[in-house]
Amino acid sequence: MTAIQPMDGRAAATREAPILSIRGLGVSFLGARGRWNRVVEGLSFDIAAGETVALVGESGSGKSVTAMSVMRLLDPATSRIEGQVTLDGHAVLDLDEAGMIRHIRGQAAAMIFQEPMTSLHPIYRVGDQIIEALTSHRPMPKAQARAEAVALLERVRIPNAAARIDDYPHAFSGGMRQRVMIAMALASRPQLLIADEPTTALDVTVQGEILDLLKDLQAEYGMAMLFITHDMGVVAEMADRTVVMYRGRAIEQGATAEIFARPREAYTRALLASVPVLGSMRGEPSPLRFPIVDLQTGIAGPALPLSGTPGRDTPLLDVRGLVTRFDVRGGLFNRRVARVHAVEDVSFSIFPGETLSLVGESGCGKSTTGKSIIRLNDRSQGSVRLGQEDLFSLPPEALRRRRRDIQMIPQDPLASMNPRMTVGAALVEPFREHGLGTTAKGGAKAAQLMEQVGLSPAMLDRYPHEFSGGQRQRICIARALMLDPRLIIADESVSALDVSVKAQVVNLLLDIQDRTGISYLFISHDIAVVERISHRIAVMYLGEIVEIGPRNEILERPQHPYTQRLIGAVTVPDPARRHLRRNQQIHELRTPVRPLDYLPPARRYAEVSPGHLVSVDGTAS
Amino acid sequence: MLAIVLGRILRMVVVMFGISVVTFAIFFATPASDPAARIAGRNAAPETVEAVRKDFGLDRPLPVQYALMMKRLFITRDLTSFANRGQKIIPAIANAAPATLSLVTGAAILWMLGGIAAGIIAAATKGRWPDKILMGLSMAAVAMPVFWVGEMVNLVTQSRFHDTWAFSWVPPLGYAALSQDPWLWFKSLVFPWLTLALLNIGLYGRVLRTGIVETYQEDFIRTARAKGLPARKVLLKHATRSAIIPIVIMFGMDFGVLVGGAAVLTEVVFGINGVGRLTYQALKVLDLPMIMATVLYASFFVVIANAVVDMLCLAIDPRMRRA
Repeated sequence: MTAIQPMDGRAAATREAPILSIRGLGVSFLGARGRWNRVVEGLSFDIAAGETVALVGESGSGKSVTAMSVMRLLDPATSRIEGQVTLDGHAVLDLDEAGMIRHIRGQAAAMIFQEPMTSLHPIYRVGDQIIEALTSHRPMPKAQARAEAVALLERVRIPNAAARIDDYPHAFSGGMRQRVMIAMALASRPQLLIADEPTTALDVTVQGEILDLLKDLQAEYGMAMLFITHDMGVVAEMADRTVVMYRGRAIEQGATAEIFARPREAYTRALLASVPVLGSMRGEPSPLRFPIVDLQTGIAGPALPLSGTPGRDTPLLDVRGLVTRFDVRGGLFNRRVARVHAVEDVSFSIFPGETLSLVGESGCGKSTTGKSIIRLNDRSQGSVRLGQEDLFSLPPEALRRRRRDIQMIPQDPLASMNPRMTVGAALVEPFREHGLGTTAKGGAKAAQLMEQVGLSPAMLDRYPHEFSGGQRQRICIARALMLDPRLIIADESVSALDVSVKAQVVNLLLDIQDRTGISYLFISHDIAVVERISHRIAVMYLGEIVEIGPRNEILERPQHPYTQRLIGAVTVPDPARRHLRRNQQIHELRTPVRPLDYLPPARRYAEVSPGHLVSVDGTAS
Repeated sequence: MLAIVLGRILRMVVVMFGISVVTFAIFFATPASDPAARIAGRNAAPETVEAVRKDFGLDRPLPVQYALMMKRLFITRDLTSFANRGQKIIPAIANAAPATLSLVTGAAILWMLGGIAAGIIAAATKGRWPDKILMGLSMAAVAMPVFWVGEMVNLVTQSRFHDTWAFSWVPPLGYAALSQDPWLWFKSLVFPWLTLALLNIGLYGRVLRTGIVETYQEDFIRTARAKGLPARKVLLKHATRSAIIPIVIMFGMDFGVLVGGAAVLTEVVFGINGVGRLTYQALKVLDLPMIMATVLYASFFVVIANAVVDMLCLAIDPRMRRA
């Protein structure tokens, strides 16, 4: 503690003294066979009062571990922390558990997390959880605690806070839950707020709202913020200073504007070059690959466009009037009580060699549309023609054979692979199943595809868990290509990947399209990636397509208010926009649950320009 | 709420109807179960058997016989045994039920308290000595058959050490009615309770420990720690309450089944004339009315216990209230 004393004196004297000071932080985890693995090494940085510092890096770079070390939330049995962490005058690493509770956790520092859906206790009312945070450090009468909790919920702009305080977490959407988490963090008026990927799991429009809220609250409370993210757009928007982490080390730190304008390290340059930037494709006629950055020199290569243009004569896939509804059951005898109109009267077509992107927020029906097309749920009506064949009128066996032409790339590659099957077996299985040749032939094709997706054929004998996330997604792409499909439905296929890996996988998809003339239905909420990859875009809202058209038309001249809001919410990696506010109205995500007798109105579309259609009536946004 | 209760009652009636039909059908499909022959007694003349068959209505179609039996069981309540002439079924069960209920209820309190304490202590000291000792003991408790434990307990308390200061208070085997002598009732049930509870203390302790240890991986536990709650509060309020649901569900099943007669081993070992013993004896002599009544009685308790558990789960976990 002696080292701390003079610092306390200075903190009173100058405003420059940091709230959080980390010197030579090292964290190791106990690994297999009793070996200690270093995950953070020699990390040093400061955060001044009221300042925001971003920790940026890809998964496994040690960002979250750093935050957990400051709060000492790591399991002491399996982790070791070295170095010095000084928070609000306390030497954090010298405190015992009781001291942490008395001075740090929920006192000097509070934390919000990535997963608002699981970070609140599911069986306690949100109000009680906030009250608990209030009273565990400051004993106060019940009524006062409740009044303060309501005030906090109002502070984080939860509509109708006085009534919602008695709701359970499951009654809140993801964005609203993150607001509750923030309210709980504010309960102790912390000097430092640690935000660990607070918007990563949220929809873009909600992300914008939460970022605005955090900026407002920071100004109101004068908190410092340690902001952990992998999203350069969020960094540019939030951070005064940025620390770039790579494999547990801070490889570069400085003012955010400086890092964006003049990155010194090759890795930082590569990271920035892989970030999809909405609006960077203005005037580009066809999809562009991401430029490849040489990690040694840090010099970006050119962004290669697609060479071919899609045909425009006969559509490969033609979807007309697709409707998918699910029943909501409940009450006595488990009757139908309502219906979810997941997909309502959706029509579009995809031409050979073309990429159509479906964009929209979670719950808008984009994934259901993808599944309905290949009849993975048997509740859909309408017609889906692949070439000349109507998939919806095929008998089961014929449909099974037709599935060869349409393959899917899933969002979560690990979950979609059988952990007990080697990658080779998983690749050859559909090939054999569809009678395309012998096992030997399938093996040869699998080896060839592994090379095409940038992996070694020798890896075919391995199991899925032996690969990294990006490698697994490549394997899923190779698996989809085994059957030489004509259309691939990519359902949020790159959303879970790190930026640099995301760029590589997008490039791979574009390479394949260039070579084979395959079509993609690209389902995503990430509009910046969509801009890179698509020829045309369809925007979905509450189960309906509200706007569809060529990519540049939709992004540069959006007509529907919902499309405009969606595009306006995208973060842009440009630190100059740091002090902008979106000033959007808070909205709860709506779900298309309707009463049983609900008759969906017939939608009319206006053609703004050739191929650009906008829903004209009645869609509330 | 009313809809839920009504739905429950309806479901219970359907379940009990199904069970009674199946019991009835199995009985008549069993070889050498002819009730007329049994009632008439061994070596009875064919004419006697015929007369009995007519007397008891055993010559009528099975659905009619079923309906008659249900009527005599539930409406006129004068159903008599096929095996012991003149023995009325309902008073027999009514006499046996309090013993079983006393035995199982007391044991249930013990095993819930013991199991929860063992689980929480083991989870809190995970990997250290208290955890290892408790889990070793619980494994032993699960592994020992209840009748063996019972006999050992009897050996110690009734015979070998009965005359020492430690066990001289233990009354002889058998059940003493609560209404007549509460103190004797308590004394005579202490060891049956412990014996019956032992296995479940081990089982519940292990399940709860696993549940709490798993819950500690959840994000909301990290949130609770990050907001500066003391470790005790995180353990008892945040981790245990979520982990206790499987225990409550297990409890419903176990309690219902034991009250319904599955405590037979303990009853026999300790000389308690409970429902389990009654059912066992009825099965030995293929006494259809008694089997029917005890099976329905058992299913009633299983269904009721499950309904109560469902309500408890709703109270513990609000997420279940939506569906």
